[in-house]
Amino acid sequence: MATSKNVATSPEVYGDSEIDRKGRRKRQLQTTLAFWGFVGPMMLGLIIFAYIPIIWGFILSFFEARNTITPTDFVGLDNYTSIIGDNQFQNSIVTILIFAVFIVPITLLFSLWLAIMVNTIKFAKGFFRSVFFLPTACSYVVASLVWRITLFNGLPYGFANNILYIFGLDPIIWIGTANPPYYWVVLVTVRLWLQVGFYMILYLAGLQEIPKELYEAAYVDGAKPGGWATFSRITFPLLRNTTIAVLLLNLIAAFQAFDEFYNILGAKSGLALLARPPLVYLYNIAFTNQNYGAGAAGGFILVGIIIIITLIQGRLLGFGRSEN
Amino acid sequence: MSSDALSKKGFSRRKFVALTGGAIVASGILAACGDATNTSAPAATTAASGAATTAAGAATTAASGTATTAAAASGDKITLSHWYHQYGEDGTQNAALKYASDYSKVNPNVTVKVEWIPGDYDSKLNAALLTPEGPDIYEGHLTNSMVQAGQVAPLDDLFTDDIKKDFDKVALARNTVDGKVYGVQMIIDPQLFYYRKSMLDKAGLKVPTTMDELINASKALNSGKVKGLFMGNDGGLGILAGNLVYAAGASYLDSSNKPAFNTDAVAAAWAQGKTLANSGTLLVGAPTDWWDPSAFNQNLSAMTWNGLWAMPGITKALADDFGVFPFPSAGPSGKQVVYSGGWAEFVNPKTKNLQAAKDYVNWLWLKSADKQQDWSLSYGFHIPPRISTAASADKLKSGPAAEVVSLTGKLGYGDLTIWNSAMGQALSDAFTNVVQKNADPKAELAAAQTKVQAELDKVLKK
Repeated sequence: MATSKNVATSPEVYGDSEIDRKGRRKRQLQTTLAFWGFVGPMMLGLIIFAYIPIIWGFILSFFEARNTITPTDFVGLDNYTSIIGDNQFQNSIVTILIFAVFIVPITLLFSLWLAIMVNTIKFAKGFFRSVFFLPTACSYVVASLVWRITLFNGLPYGFANNILYIFGLDPIIWIGTANPPYYWVVLVTVRLWLQVGFYMILYLAGLQEIPKELYEAAYVDGAKPGGWATFSRITFPLLRNTTIAVLLLNLIAAFQAFDEFYNILGAKSGLALLARPPLVYLYNIAFTNQNYGAGAAGGFILVGIIIIITLIQGRLLGFGRSEN
Repeated sequence: MSSDALSKKGFSRRKFVALTGGAIVASGILAACGDATNTSAPAATTAASGAATTAAGAATTAASGTATTAAAASGDKITLSHWYHQYGEDGTQNAALKYASDYSKVNPNVTVKVEWIPGDYDSKLNAALLTPEGPDIYEGHLTNSMVQAGQVAPLDDLFTDDIKKDFDKVALARNTVDGKVYGVQMIIDPQLFYYRKSMLDKAGLKVPTTMDELINASKALNSGKVKGLFMGNDGGLGILAGNLVYAAGASYLDSSNKPAFNTDAVAAAWAQGKTLANSGTLLVGAPTDWWDPSAFNQNLSAMTWNGLWAMPGITKALADDFGVFPFPSAGPSGKQVVYSGGWAEFVNPKTKNLQAAKDYVNWLWLKSADKQQDWSLSYGFHIPPRISTAASADKLKSGPAAEVVSLTGKLGYGDLTIWNSAMGQALSDAFTNVVQKNADPKAELAAAQTKVQAELDKVLKK
């Protein structure tokens, strides 16, 4: 309204171009406001809850920071060398590598298999898609407790032991003994159940991108629908990018595993040593022993390891390279 | 795999929104849980997930629920926040609330806000103590590091000569660093073995006094549905590691704060511990852990490790069909021992109302004998550290409870303020390696000694 008033009082000077400019400016202002309205709170949250703590943690990692996060005793790289030199940290890296060796291929195969199954069935597709995706919405903590207390408790009346009983087998102490290490079954199955649906969705999206014509051409050439030939020559090669994404995401997630280890084996109990991933090890250092400097240093070492492994994996698998 | 591919083929926008909404809800739940548990390694958690919880962030979230003290100084009204860990016995929380409201009746200008903290109390407390908004009064276990970091206010003025004379010596020493008293022991909690008298009699066994006898008893009492012994769902690792050191006649540190656990006697005791842990007679994987008597009460094991606190619950379930015995002597030159733990009350020096907080602690844990009796005897059983209060505790004067009190007096040992959780971790890791990974006890003890010494060097340097 202000614009029309201006136009009315001095048309020669301002003219139509002024209306345009003001309108543009107003639109621009609105866009800017909208941008910051949407992005601002997110940015603020990131700065307060992610960037400042990361920088603070980085500074802490060069100080002897016990029972305090405002330390004064600069120790250089001492925290880094003591963490790298600690055989328990090295063991935790071995633990997480073992975990990754189990969980990554198993998740990949299961999610691919589920995606193909869900994609092929003719009825209730939406239902199955939702059913398999649903566990993703469950908390790791809750699932871990259900696994530990109900499914895999060591008593004869535990769910898993009941099934063994049906087959005439003795009950097993699932969690609590290293010989044999049945706790891996518990740790791997809980994560598999929780995350397989998410990766299945990724594969489903990948599957739906494959042009139907390729299959039709293959059928003309004599391939059987749903056979190994179409899977190995068409489906799997064309899912390459999805597979690489699933591998990368899965591996990073495995390296950050904490909740199921913490809730199934505990952080401080003797059992925790059987399979103590880096994050539980660092949790103990930082939050149980209150050695925040060493804890922060360990965090950065772990980030370094994740970055290196991801880069190597990306290079080997050709992530980000174009399709051909 | 772009989003238009999703919407093009079978994925309507509505479905996509529904699915991503699900993922957001899921990550929200994860992030919420992360606040309580996944709080380590600032950068590591942010590497891929946006829902990162970090050290400083955790500190603020842990304390946010209790930021009640700052405003108190301005007026006459004072609010004190008082943290408890979650006690397992019914009625304890209401009792704590009642003490707080009783205090306000005699001191109308003071309101005590009781915070009942479930889960990993120590980690939440540690995070909160880093902030200016931590609790004014909290319970915990004193370490030298807490003193060095200024997390505990000296309470010497509360301990007059009369009170000192009337206070358990071990409990007083447990809360003293460099001659200054920092904590008021609230309760003394001895831990030892409980056994089913009827089952032991039926097997023709006598009460075990040595590790070998305990191993034999556990084997003899182990039958089908009833396991021999319950020492926690970690297979006894946590309980055996430390107790075997003292039961072998050694200790964590000597009087000049040097590691004293790396001896041949301890190595022999740990070998016995390994035999017990791997005997296949221990109950592992029970729904509740050792500090809850449910598994023992439900006949899942013939013997169990527990605290004096569990005795009312056990009496209720088993009447007089149970007895107690101390941790048996281990190795060639061992002795029976009773680990004596408990909780002490501390005042946060960062509080805006230091004197008011001290007055409250003084009133509750040193002056009000009736409340100390109530806290020690009405829910679980504990030994009151005030000698006069303990002497008038009728419930501790007969039966197994009296036996525990007497055993604690004769065989009790407690924690050392210099011994921190990193040292405990080194020892417990070493024992786990011996039991579960077949490592040599002597080599593991030597490795633990190196780690403990390195930690001691850092802690004592200050």
